[in-house]
Amino acid sequence: MIRFFEVVRRDLRLALRQGSDSLMVVTFFVLTVVLFPFGIGPEAGILERVAAGVLWVTALLASMLSLDRLFQTDYEDGSLELLVLTPTSLMVVVLAKVLAHWLTTGLPLLAAAPILAVLLHMNADGFAILMLTMLIGTPVLSLIGAIGAALVLGARRGGVLVSLLILPLYVPVLIFGVGAIDAAVQGLSAEPHLLILGALLAACLPLAPWATAAALRQALE
Amino acid sequence: MDTTEKLPPFSGHGLGCIRGGRVVFAGLDFAVAPGEALVLLGPNGSGKSSLLRVMAGLLKPAAGKLAWGDMATGAEPELHAARTHYVGHHDAVKTVLSVAENIRFWARLHQPDAGLAQGAVENALARFGLAHLRDIPGKLLSAGQKRRTNLARLLAAPSPLWLLDEPTTALDRHNIKVLETVFAEHRAAGGMVVLSTHQDVDLPGARTLHLDDFALDAEDTQP
Repeated sequence: MIRFFEVVRRDLRLALRQGSDSLMVVTFFVLTVVLFPFGIGPEAGILERVAAGVLWVTALLASMLSLDRLFQTDYEDGSLELLVLTPTSLMVVVLAKVLAHWLTTGLPLLAAAPILAVLLHMNADGFAILMLTMLIGTPVLSLIGAIGAALVLGARRGGVLVSLLILPLYVPVLIFGVGAIDAAVQGLSAEPHLLILGALLAACLPLAPWATAAALRQALE
Repeated sequence: MDTTEKLPPFSGHGLGCIRGGRVVFAGLDFAVAPGEALVLLGPNGSGKSSLLRVMAGLLKPAAGKLAWGDMATGAEPELHAARTHYVGHHDAVKTVLSVAENIRFWARLHQPDAGLAQGAVENALARFGLAHLRDIPGKLLSAGQKRRTNLARLLAAPSPLWLLDEPTTALDRHNIKVLETVFAEHRAAGGMVVLSTHQDVDLPGARTLHLDDFALDAEDTQP
């Protein structure tokens, strides 16, 4: 457990000192969402209709931006070898790194989302659910993304490859994230969608670190 | 470390390694007892680094097995990781962390007790002449200073088995001497040292292992 928090603390410290990653992700999120009113016109009706989809799709893309940094720098400077040789399960290390990644990228997205929702004239009934879906959904994005990031280690143009690998896996999160918000806006119960999102998180929590650990070992062979 | 008599020997039997479809070595046996040192010799590409990675558990041997006493190391990878320090080609120094932070992080992964780790880190900094650099970020270090930061991990958390892949790279004469003293103390306390090197490192009574003896085809070993 101490090792878990040591790795989290180190990654947070690294992210804080390098700074650019979190900032880049949020800036990308904000800028891309802001493009939509320019692209499809400022009519409130249209924007309101697409708001949930736009926010979620952009959040997916934004969270993917920083994925190649998750293991790449550790791989290049040899830290990954030593992390694999940590006297604890590699899954613990992976989970710690994913948590740090989520805290530095998922959480800022979560904070920016309601402001952008106002910009897109999202129905006020959807706000609480938007936050809830993001809260459950963004950790899933980080967990699944870690698998992709580990798989492309050592490959050239890993950033492009990782998007091709994991975007299809993000689709369920997108469907049920948007579904929950739409249901809430139309006055229906968002609970079924939220439950499925929760199930996705519950499934990814043990499975993704396991797959990531296997991919990391493979990368170092 | 005063557990000299409790430590079992570290050994490998019939080890084979295949890299990129080529047999690097086969039928390799070795044994290191507490207090002993083993020097791996051989030309480039003879598999010194591969053997060290196999010993560390980073690479699965294509054949044969590693044992710690009577226990196969593959059965308990975490236990094996806890008793091993591996120093590879890369220095694993984070550019935005200071020297002390870099060493402390790795020490804490091996030594969960904060008080013990802190004392050991200070000792390691002093031994490798890094005390005055402790707050310098990694990106400002020279190659030799980075290497010393990496080597300081050895002392920052105790582990009986040291696996070092050309540890003297980028080190000046004085620091090679320091490293030799550190090795001697580690062995006197019952530790084991396995290293590959192209330079002369003074290890009294060290055994040597010539990796070309285990190559399948002598012509093939030099690419």
